[in-house]
Amino acid sequence: MSTPYAKLPRWVDYGLIPLVNLVVAFVVAGLVVLLVGENPFRAAEILVQGAFGSGQGIAYTLYYATNFIFTGLAVAVAFHCGLFNIGGEGQAYIAGLGVALVCLALDQVTPWWITFPLATLAAAAVGALWALIPAYLQAKRGSHIVITTIMFNFIAASAMVYLLVDVLKPRGSMAPQTRQFAEGAQLPKLGWLLNDLGLTVRPSAPLNIAFLLALAMAVAVWALIWRTRLGYEIRTYGFSPKAARYAGISETRVIIITMLISGALAGMMALNPIMGDQHNVALDFVSGAGFVGIAVALMGRSHPAGIVPAAILFGMLYQGGAALAFEMPAISRDMIVIIQGLVILFAGALEHLFRPTIQTIFATLAPKTVGLPAGERA
Amino acid sequence: MEFVDALVNILNSTIRLSVPLLLACLAGLYSERAGIFDIGLEGKMLVGAIARASAAAVSGSAWIGLAAAILVAVFFGLVHGFASITHRGNQIVSGVAINFIAAGSTIILGQAWFNQGGRTPSLPPEARFGAITLPFADTLRDVPIIGHLYSGLLSGHSLLAYIAFLAVPFTWWALFRTRFGLRLRAVGENPAAVDTAGISVAWLRYRAVICTGVLTGIAGSYMALSQNAGFVKDMTAGRGYIALAALIFAKWKPVPAMFACLLFGFLDALSIRLQGTPLPVIGKVPVQFMQALPYILTVILLAGFIGKAIPPRAGGVPYVKER
Repeated sequence: MSTPYAKLPRWVDYGLIPLVNLVVAFVVAGLVVLLVGENPFRAAEILVQGAFGSGQGIAYTLYYATNFIFTGLAVAVAFHCGLFNIGGEGQAYIAGLGVALVCLALDQVTPWWITFPLATLAAAAVGALWALIPAYLQAKRGSHIVITTIMFNFIAASAMVYLLVDVLKPRGSMAPQTRQFAEGAQLPKLGWLLNDLGLTVRPSAPLNIAFLLALAMAVAVWALIWRTRLGYEIRTYGFSPKAARYAGISETRVIIITMLISGALAGMMALNPIMGDQHNVALDFVSGAGFVGIAVALMGRSHPAGIVPAAILFGMLYQGGAALAFEMPAISRDMIVIIQGLVILFAGALEHLFRPTIQTIFATLAPKTVGLPAGERA
Repeated sequence: MEFVDALVNILNSTIRLSVPLLLACLAGLYSERAGIFDIGLEGKMLVGAIARASAAAVSGSAWIGLAAAILVAVFFGLVHGFASITHRGNQIVSGVAINFIAAGSTIILGQAWFNQGGRTPSLPPEARFGAITLPFADTLRDVPIIGHLYSGLLSGHSLLAYIAFLAVPFTWWALFRTRFGLRLRAVGENPAAVDTAGISVAWLRYRAVICTGVLTGIAGSYMALSQNAGFVKDMTAGRGYIALAALIFAKWKPVPAMFACLLFGFLDALSIRLQGTPLPVIGKVPVQFMQALPYILTVILLAGFIGKAIPPRAGGVPYVKER
């Protein structure tokens, strides 16, 4: 996509403009709080306090952030290829099936350090498989990937309801979920890390080693996109499919491989709640994390160094949102959904809203920074 | 006779269930024919639904409620237009954003205004559009088959249901028999040509987005106060996406859109009716499969196995003058 706008210094492009967009999103969210009749500043205070005020809060914040790092990376990888994978939700949901099968088979046999890598592979494989069909249809049949991945979200949801209610539910149980996993499928918690830092975290806090896997994946995605030949092909295709074709890059191959990676990353998200916290597969365990990934990727500008902080910010909103709902009953956790939407709107669809203004300011104040000799069109 | 009754019954609920789909589908048609993809049908239906229910609850008038629904849905449509026409943002991203803002704000505001766990108060019939009995429906009720179909199936729906089905020929006429329609379709296929002819691409597309807002507002209204007695959180439950699927299924044409919506409505009605009962040949079909069928059918269609769905050529691409 070519931008019909003049160049700005890098720090403005990657720092100032996203920051301005984010601030505007939060100001509008503040207006909604005001509309409900609460004080937005007090709300923000409770939110931050709830997320970072205690060791327990931080552990929960990072636990939620783990989910969003995985799904954010998934969306970002596809973005680099010019594809919009809106199906992270479904890919993660159905990947729960892969995790479930490995865990149900091995939890009483193997220790966690054998179960975990196998479950990771299973989650990635199932997630990738769920992305494969839309990818194939996009590459070979030209069907729009946004539509097919949305459809696959719904198909995944129906399939998982069927499987959990009719197949995986243990006999005699009423709740539509698998049986509780034994110790061999429970991931070690990371609360002690925070304890060592002088914070108090109860053993119940769900932060677990899936967080480290998420960070490792962030590094891996960075290396893949900017340090490998495949990454170069992905970016080339995303920047200009025509140029990529001219350079002899196989369209089908790039699209399918990118979507497989994207689906695998989204699938790995299932590990965190299933093996790290719930120790079973329940209905709707993804609970929107796949969609949060879109906001995270847009906010992080599809770069792992931006995605990790963006994921932590959304983790903060999730954890702090729980505290907020407790203190201000008028504001439920659905406030986060609004903020998420506003972030997607201002950091994504309206990312150029303030650009002309900022450009004018820079062009008047310091023409050189914009790369123009003074006096030319800004 | 029992069979006819059951059939009329199921077809009747088919019509009821397909009305919001049809309105949303036609809404998407205007927008997408003008080259603006709209994932945000779902969100606009949702805000329309709560606006209708709240305004009707406060004012007690069905018409004020409908006007509020249309206004709010048009406002959200204009936000989409502002992002994707004026600022040339990504239309998919903007649509996704609108869906989230709608999903969150309807719950928060519904709870804040009425304190009933995100639902609006149940409204008396005066604040809703009652069922319209077509002429002679009562006298013809006992005539076999024809009478059944007429009085059991065609009569007795809400005003908005009749509007929805009348909107089909109207949309066809507006799109294929008027100057506005010709230009609307042209702007979705080749905006540069429209621009060269001296017609504003942006203004045309804005008008399309407003049409979308009006129709999604009516769709939300229907869901809130004709299918139900008030707004319930997340009440659209993915219908905006089914409408999108129907739009693709119908290859962006109004009359096929009606049949696609009736088909998906029929599947919905069937899945409600057949819950747990085994079918003669296939045996017991999981409800979830029936619910997923519209999506599966759409994917198969998109794969090119049931004809080919070719979207408007300039769909999703922001128009930049004089690149």
